Amino acid sequence: MANYLSGIFGSSPVAPLQQHMDIAYRCAKQLIPMFEAVVENDWAAVEECRHRIRDLESEADEMKQAIRSSLPKSLFMPVPREDLLELLLVQDRVANRAKDVSGLVVGRKMELPEPITEPFIKFVRCSVAAAKQARKSVRELDELFETGFRGAEAKLVESMVAELDRLESESDLLQSELRSGLFKLESDLPPVHVMFLYKIIDLTGEVADYAERVGRRLELLLAH
Amino acid sequence: MEGEYIYIGLAAIFGLFMAWGIGANDVANAMATSVGSRALTIKQAILVAAIFEFAGAVLAGGEVTSTIRKGIIDAASVSESPKILIYGMLAALAAAGSWLWIASRKGWPVSTTHSIVGAIVGFAIVGIGIDAVNWGKIGEIVASWIITPMIAGLAAYLIYSSVQLLIIGRDNPLERARRYVPVYIFFAGFTITLVTIFKGLKHAGLTLSTQDAYLVATAIGLLIALIGKFFISRIQVDEQADRRFHFATVEKVFAVLMVVTACGMAFAHGSNDVANAVGPVAAVISIAQSNMVGQESALPLAVLFLGGIGIIVGLATFGRHVIATVGSKITHLTPSRGFAAELAAATTIVLASSTGMPISTTQTLVGAVLGVGMARGITAINLAVVNRIFISWVITIPAGAILAIIFFYVLKTVLEMTPI
Repeated sequence: MANYLSGIFGSSPVAPLQQHMDIAYRCAKQLIPMFEAVVENDWAAVEECRHRIRDLESEADEMKQAIRSSLPKSLFMPVPREDLLELLLVQDRVANRAKDVSGLVVGRKMELPEPITEPFIKFVRCSVAAAKQARKSVRELDELFETGFRGAEAKLVESMVAELDRLESESDLLQSELRSGLFKLESDLPPVHVMFLYKIIDLTGEVADYAERVGRRLELLLAH
Repeated sequence: MEGEYIYIGLAAIFGLFMAWGIGANDVANAMATSVGSRALTIKQAILVAAIFEFAGAVLAGGEVTSTIRKGIIDAASVSESPKILIYGMLAALAAAGSWLWIASRKGWPVSTTHSIVGAIVGFAIVGIGIDAVNWGKIGEIVASWIITPMIAGLAAYLIYSSVQLLIIGRDNPLERARRYVPVYIFFAGFTITLVTIFKGLKHAGLTLSTQDAYLVATAIGLLIALIGKFFISRIQVDEQADRRFHFATVEKVFAVLMVVTACGMAFAHGSNDVANAVGPVAAVISIAQSNMVGQESALPLAVLFLGGIGIIVGLATFGRHVIATVGSKITHLTPSRGFAAELAAATTIVLASSTGMPISTTQTLVGAVLGVGMARGITAINLAVVNRIFISWVITIPAGAILAIIFFYVLKTVLEMTPI
């Protein structure tokens, strides 16, 4: 027997959104072992990381589609449906950018000039840390729904987002240092190679940018 | 009246069938929120429902039963031929009972109240005449159908907002829950007792002065609050399930409160919905015994007992299964929300019962759930389903009416041909 009273309660998008962010972070995290393998010139390991990134990214993609189709317009939620879909979109971009970076690294057989390897790895770690902080913040989403986006829990999430902002600006700083480091080496390197190095630095920076935008979306949810 | 016992016997059988249907199906909606949020196990829910549905029916079901029995049809219009009213009331029971049976098999959201009111109005228009219907009363009833979900929604909104303000939004919600939940328990016990004493008890032969009523309600409220406080103090902090703000344990504290509101909900449901089954029965009994319509005889308590027993039998046979099914699907409603919806709905329903308004318990509960949702308490509410519920609400009235007209002619033909 079907019952209508139970039908009133739509399926909650919260747990799937949290899982999606988890996958996006695990995808971005693979950038660290990948660049370490690049430094060590271990191309088998690089390939392996790229595969993992590709699989995780497509897993995130499928999940994104599933969440979208489970959020019909007739759902009444404490926060606007559009804001949740926007959050989902920026979460997905984190995984997307990781995939773009890994694609360029493998496709162009990228080599890191010795003088910038250390700042480069540091920069990648910082970008990934931002993604991790984004995941930590999204993990509070269920408690935010529990508290109705108000009170002590909302303040806690605000402080997490502030930390996320800090990580993103740190990543920005490391990025500009890295760019000036690369600028000094430019004349000794093949121009096309330099061009793609800049491209990879930009894309890696975008991982942190999108992680920060995850925080922005969470803040918007709090503002309602 | 000749054939008195045949009419009374038929009415009792039809009434029991209807009460059985209410127990088997309708009670599930009242109890499922408690089962779904794991405040009660299914066995406990059955026990609570059996005791409090019965108590609600007997102690507070009188006013609504009177409305169904003699409020809808203008007695003067049938004073010449009282048998018409007997056929009509039997037809209304048969129509509402079979419509509910069809609807619950198909999973359509219908209300027992709407079908019985629709059925009585239907047979009255066709069997007696359009002027036989007390349209003023029908206007009041229909207005109450619109107003009660709104009142319940507003009440639920306010109750849940106070929970957010006092408990959930704080940085020590567990301590605050332990402190404030007994207050809510008191409030729940106090209001429901008070309304019952003021309006319901006179049918059970009890009358209390206003001052005594307040004293008794306060005493009962305090007693329940103390028992609740005892159980709350025994709740251990669940370190494994908890995060920073101990919400898993906070919900356990609210689960104690929800046991109380579940009792209130069962009581409220019994007080309002038993009338749908026994109101027509009471009408048939008084006409058959006195051969007169509109006799101002007191409502026999035995009729309310009959309804209460029918509901319990329905619960015991099918209700268990239905509660389990519905409860397993309502898992998103945690006790901190569920209690707010139940308390708001139960209070509204008991209030309606005390004024004799036959309303839909399920729709009132739906209104209360929406109220909690408005206070940002519920993650996702499917408005498409809510719409469907409110549309089928409208469809049920003509459906009950048309079926009642058919049953009316069939019964009239059969019973008039049978030599009694």
